[in-house]
Amino acid sequence: MADPAKRVGLFVTCLVDLIRPSVGFAAVKLLEDAGCSVAVPLQSCCGQPAFNSGDRRTARAVAEQVIEAFAPYDYVVAPSGSCAGMLKVHYPELFQGDPNWQPRADAFAAKTWELVSFLVDVLGVARVDASFEGTATYHDSCSGLRELGVRVQPRRLLGTVRGLALKEMRDADVCCGFGGTFCVKYPEISDAIVGKKAADVSATGAELLIAGDLGCLMNMAGKLQRDGKPVEVRHVAEVLAGMTAGPAIGVAAQRTEP
Amino acid sequence: MSHATSPRFKDNARAALADAELQNALKFVEVNFVARRREVADKLPEFDALRDSARDIKNHTLAHLDLYLEAYEAKVLAAGGHVHYAETAEDARRIILDLCKSFGAKTVTKGKSMVAEEIGLNDHLEANGIAPIETDLGEYIIQLRHEMPSHIIAPAVHLTKAQIEADFRRVHTHLPADRNLVEPTSLLAEARAVLREKFLAADVGITGANFLIAETGTSVIVTNEGNGDLTQTLPKAHIVLASIEKLVPTLEDMSQLMRVLARSATGQEMSVYTTLSTGPRRPVDPDGPSDYHVVILDNGRSSMLGGDFRDMLRCIRCGACMNHCPVYHAVGGHAYGSVYPGPMGAVLTPSLIGIDQAGHLPNASTFCGRCEEVCPVRIPLPRMMRSWREREFERHLSPLTVRTGLGLWGFFVRRPRLYGLATALMARLLALIGRRHGRFGWLPLASGWTRSRDFPAPEGATFQAQWKARSTKR
Repeated sequence: MADPAKRVGLFVTCLVDLIRPSVGFAAVKLLEDAGCSVAVPLQSCCGQPAFNSGDRRTARAVAEQVIEAFAPYDYVVAPSGSCAGMLKVHYPELFQGDPNWQPRADAFAAKTWELVSFLVDVLGVARVDASFEGTATYHDSCSGLRELGVRVQPRRLLGTVRGLALKEMRDADVCCGFGGTFCVKYPEISDAIVGKKAADVSATGAELLIAGDLGCLMNMAGKLQRDGKPVEVRHVAEVLAGMTAGPAIGVAAQRTEP
Repeated sequence: MSHATSPRFKDNARAALADAELQNALKFVEVNFVARRREVADKLPEFDALRDSARDIKNHTLAHLDLYLEAYEAKVLAAGGHVHYAETAEDARRIILDLCKSFGAKTVTKGKSMVAEEIGLNDHLEANGIAPIETDLGEYIIQLRHEMPSHIIAPAVHLTKAQIEADFRRVHTHLPADRNLVEPTSLLAEARAVLREKFLAADVGITGANFLIAETGTSVIVTNEGNGDLTQTLPKAHIVLASIEKLVPTLEDMSQLMRVLARSATGQEMSVYTTLSTGPRRPVDPDGPSDYHVVILDNGRSSMLGGDFRDMLRCIRCGACMNHCPVYHAVGGHAYGSVYPGPMGAVLTPSLIGIDQAGHLPNASTFCGRCEEVCPVRIPLPRMMRSWREREFERHLSPLTVRTGLGLWGFFVRRPRLYGLATALMARLLALIGRRHGRFGWLPLASGWTRSRDFPAPEGATFQAQWKARSTKR
């Protein structure tokens, strides 16, 4: 049933690739359910760590590699606002004024989308076939929210998940303190910021915390777990794809052997 | 800014995080300032259009700054005032000291001025036998404590009421020890009473300026306490200290900018007092200073005009960026170690004291983008912080650990096949070790994270490895 006009190259993101592949498979399911054919070209990272550390040369080298790897596809979709923001907003910045690369970066940016925004804004997906019994709260990751305008789309689709009640936390749009390399360079400040976020999450009484970026999710899950707060943490793609049977982030798999 | 502690940002931040009283005081910024701005911005449907217009006015002015400075100077002279250009902070200090001496000044009253903080004016006057008296309540409090402002519009926002009460009791020893200072208004009344005598005794009044208007040669100050008016009208001489980017072409332009200034700053539609001064007292005026001087400071700004940081010169010093900054909320303004804290300071300070001194400031940002989202003149603050990081990287000023880590990571990332093999191995290994708990309480090389947070164990094979296996099976 794949529409030849919707060949999607999945930019899986380095964190999903390494830490939580199930988010990638959830993204594939959502895209395939919406009629896309999905391919995964060989990839590593979007180059954001270099870009945000001031190493423009490495960032450009990585960007060139990504643009070339995804050239065959009609769309590039990433289950992350941060990485999609890098591809869509910052790649064109990196090549500004370069007669060879700027047009390629612009064309690449035009076909690149954050997963949930792609489903809703491009494909017109209005509902998903998934269920989750319980109350959830949604954190707006910064890049998705402010660089790509991802705010209503995930809430709209989450609203169609059977059994799921969405309860907004205070300051849902305030940073969780992850910030990529920031959390390693300034761990104490990062911890203070995520401490407030964890408190806001807990205050909702929700059983499930959802967001669209694995970096933020790992940060918030790590804090909630260290503080002994019993909140499950999952990527929005897992919930929308109905793939919540497996363990949540940072939770051990049920062991079947004796 | 000789005493900048920006190089010690990390230590400053650590101390700030452990300071319970500071953390308590900072909630005011995080909660009240944000909510108030939201409320007034929501009430004004054209607010975003006004921000565009404010940005455009500032861009236009900066593009023709030489012309507007000349026009402004001509108008000030025509009104009977004087204009002095100060290329450096030292020049500005010298000019102001000379002026004060020429008026035989023993005490000077001061309106709130960040530029005066930038040039370290108070210390310089004091060292030369002239007593500067801050008349803005917040500035008065931090002067009593010999501190820098911790916020550009609320200099004492790092203090609780109890701390201020203790300072007043310590300093105002001429007042009865058993007086009641429980209500915040009683602190205000006490400061007013103390300051009233100073206003009357001052020989010179020094104010900053929110705007300098080229069309009319007018300086404009915006306050909530009226202290600026008394500062500039009661003494025999008024000195305005302002930096070059305060210029706007016309009165109409100023009124446009005024519509976004207070809303972005304190969440007021207008500040309580907006005062326009044009030249000294004229024969028909019932009062006012007989001498009017404007000191226009450059201090590195003209060199920003042609470069990556030009947009920073649009800043109207509202403080919205720090009011909305999660890092500022966590550590407060003093941690930045220089007079301009928060995101605007992270961009401006390296221009003033050098990226080698201020390198931490543009690095200590999560790039959440909330500052740019609320900036009334739409300054791309995160982008400019990144530009500073690029300068730092180019000059090999970034820490060795960062450079080494990036170098290693860059080697693998640019070789996706090798990267795939390495990450596949790492994922399997970590998954195996972390299988029992699903997460790590400690990880080598990640102790900054794991000291206060768990780290999730990878699920097992990487996505790309699984995808490849799945595709071959299909």
